[in-house]
Amino acid sequence: MDFQLSEEQKMIQQAARDYANRELIQDVLERDANSIYPAKHVKALADLGFMGMMVNPKYDGGGMDTISYVLAMEELSKVDASVAVIVSVNNSLVCYGLEEFGTEDQKEKYLRPLARGEIIGAFLLSEPEAGSDATSQHTLAEDLGDYYLLNGTKNWITNGNSASVYIVMAQTHPELKHKGINSLIVDRNSPGITLGPHEDKMGMRSSDTHSVMFTDVKVPKENRLGPDGFGFKMAMKTLEGGRLGIAAQALGIASGAYERALKYSKERKAFGTEIFNHQSVAFKLAEMYTRIETGRLLCFHAAWLKDKGLPYGTASAMAKYHCAETAMWVTTEAVQIHGGYGYVREYHVERLMREAKLTQIYEGTSEIQKLIISRDIFSK
Amino acid sequence: MKILVCISVVPDTTTHIRFTDKMDALDTSGIQWIINPWDELALTRALEIREQPGSGVTQISVIHVGMKDTEPVIQKTLAVGADSACRINHAPADSLETASQIAEIVRKELFDLVMTGHDSADYNGSAVGEMLAELLGWASFSSISSLSVAGSVITLEREGDIRSETIIAKAPCVVTIQKGIAKDPRIPSLRGIMTARSKPLTVVEPVKCVPLTRFLRFENPAPRSQCRMVDASNVEELVNLLRNEANVL
Ligand SMILES: Cc1cc2nc3c(=O)[nH]c(=O)nc-3n(C[C@H](O)[C@H](O)[C@H](O)COP(=O)(O)OP(=O)(O)OC[C@H]3O[C@@H](n4cnc5c(N)ncnc54)[C@H](O)[C@@H]3O)c2cc1C
Repeated sequence: MDFQLSEEQKMIQQAARDYANRELIQDVLERDANSIYPAKHVKALADLGFMGMMVNPKYDGGGMDTISYVLAMEELSKVDASVAVIVSVNNSLVCYGLEEFGTEDQKEKYLRPLARGEIIGAFLLSEPEAGSDATSQHTLAEDLGDYYLLNGTKNWITNGNSASVYIVMAQTHPELKHKGINSLIVDRNSPGITLGPHEDKMGMRSSDTHSVMFTDVKVPKENRLGPDGFGFKMAMKTLEGGRLGIAAQALGIASGAYERALKYSKERKAFGTEIFNHQSVAFKLAEMYTRIETGRLLCFHAAWLKDKGLPYGTASAMAKYHCAETAMWVTTEAVQIHGGYGYVREYHVERLMREAKLTQIYEGTSEIQKLIISRDIFSK
Repeated sequence: MKILVCISVVPDTTTHIRFTDKMDALDTSGIQWIINPWDELALTRALEIREQPGSGVTQISVIHVGMKDTEPVIQKTLAVGADSACRINHAPADSLETASQIAEIVRKELFDLVMTGHDSADYNGSAVGEMLAELLGWASFSSISSLSVAGSVITLEREGDIRSETIIAKAPCVVTIQKGIAKDPRIPSLRGIMTARSKPLTVVEPVKCVPLTRFLRFENPAPRSQCRMVDASNVEELVNLLRNEANVL
């Protein structure tokens, strides 16, 4: 066992940290306040290679391991989780699925520009009436010979407006239930696609979230990922990696808030001394640090399993569950340590707290992570 | 044109500096090492110049005098775009030693332009560039805040207190750079990080050279005295404190 990062991993971590501290921090408050999409940052991060980090260089990706991805996600999220989720969706939900399950033609046409970050993608699983229970897909992909005819509505789609490529889960054989679901690559420009308004969210306000409506959208047969009926399995496999990205995002939100709280506790004085000299503040920071380090180990372990080609679904569910809960707790307490200053935007911790909340909800709520973990322990 | 950028490896500028128990050396435990910020800017400018169409820059190399543990920092210079690196395997005791070791390589490899930072953030000697020029018998230009290249003609600017100077120099020369030479240092791309490993990093054994300096003892600066706030309306108290406590009036 080796707990040391390689020199390359450290350099990637530093590159992400430098970008976040130098560039993201500049306009993060304004983008959050006004829900502005971070187009220039997405472009800059693409130029640096962060949009297709783990994709094989033969498809223009970075060829990095999953540990490096966790490190980058953490560093970006410390400063700006909205930008991090855009990076995460493109890397682990879109590029991963295409590379793992796509045909050579699909990879040439879609994976290459996505890995270069020239275009970005979105992953469309959730529906107005199918969130945690993703098996009950209402969107239909009718098999009409040469093409599928897509009809239905997807909800809460990250990158909904900014994406050029959609990976859409839809039901082809309702009688087969989840085994009838297909996963289709859909060009965003296809006729029949309309978007709902930009969701006015509590946090992650700089990422664009939309509902997406499909009305008689024709999708060529060759755009199906994997064999007929493979869509649900493909979505679940893809989400295993996605959850690890969100776990790392939550880890970053937590450590960003912790670092700010630690610094503040050394500066702010009350009752004649810096507030970290009050034991209840010091113990809170000790607990934050311990929970964050626990989360980091869970993330690294899941990433390590994935890189070794070993099953990592439960490990990534544990990482996501623990890190999301940690992020919520740490950010809440970081606001508390900041007192009144924590409640205003300028100090960032209230934003981190709003961002933390989403990590308990998307890519499987905390309850769903516990469902995955408990099913696994009871099956042994 | 072949450019050589001298790189020194220094503690991160936010490091809390501590000395060993005997107070005769820096306590290096827990220190994060970085490229000296000035040198990083020099390298940034070299990379910018090369990117200009028709710049004529054929090679950008970096050189460092230091032990093997500095290699991760040198790798970063390759990751941001230097073509090759040379490490002279020696822990230099002073600026003369550093300059002498670098001069030896420059003589052999025929660089046209050598760039160094104004000083290095560890000992702040501000001497390597000028010493190097002297050892090579080259012209040297210090405190340069702007540098551009056209063929073998190098145009430099130096900001003075009351005026700025424009200097036209001819290669070969040594330029010591200061603030303004380039904007932020570059962040390496992931591709750059991955290809750094395949770029040449040659290790050269040092030539003999006797340092002229020896460190006897380090001392921590006296702790800063406490700041006392006096209400703006209370001028009398301020005068009283300045006169009777600080004894400055
Ligand atoms: C900002 C944002 C971005 C998103 N981005 C995307 C995206 O890009 N693509 C995408 O496909 N989806 C996306 N989602 C959707 C997200 O994944 C779902 O919201 C999430 O899976 C929960 O589904 P739901 O909202 O329908 O809640 P529900 O499933 O209705 O859950 C409601 C509550 O019931 C609990 N619950 C449900 N079932 C169980 C159970 N069996 N046991 C215990 N408790 C249970 C849940 O934990 C939750 O507390 C996004 C959501 C948001 C808010």
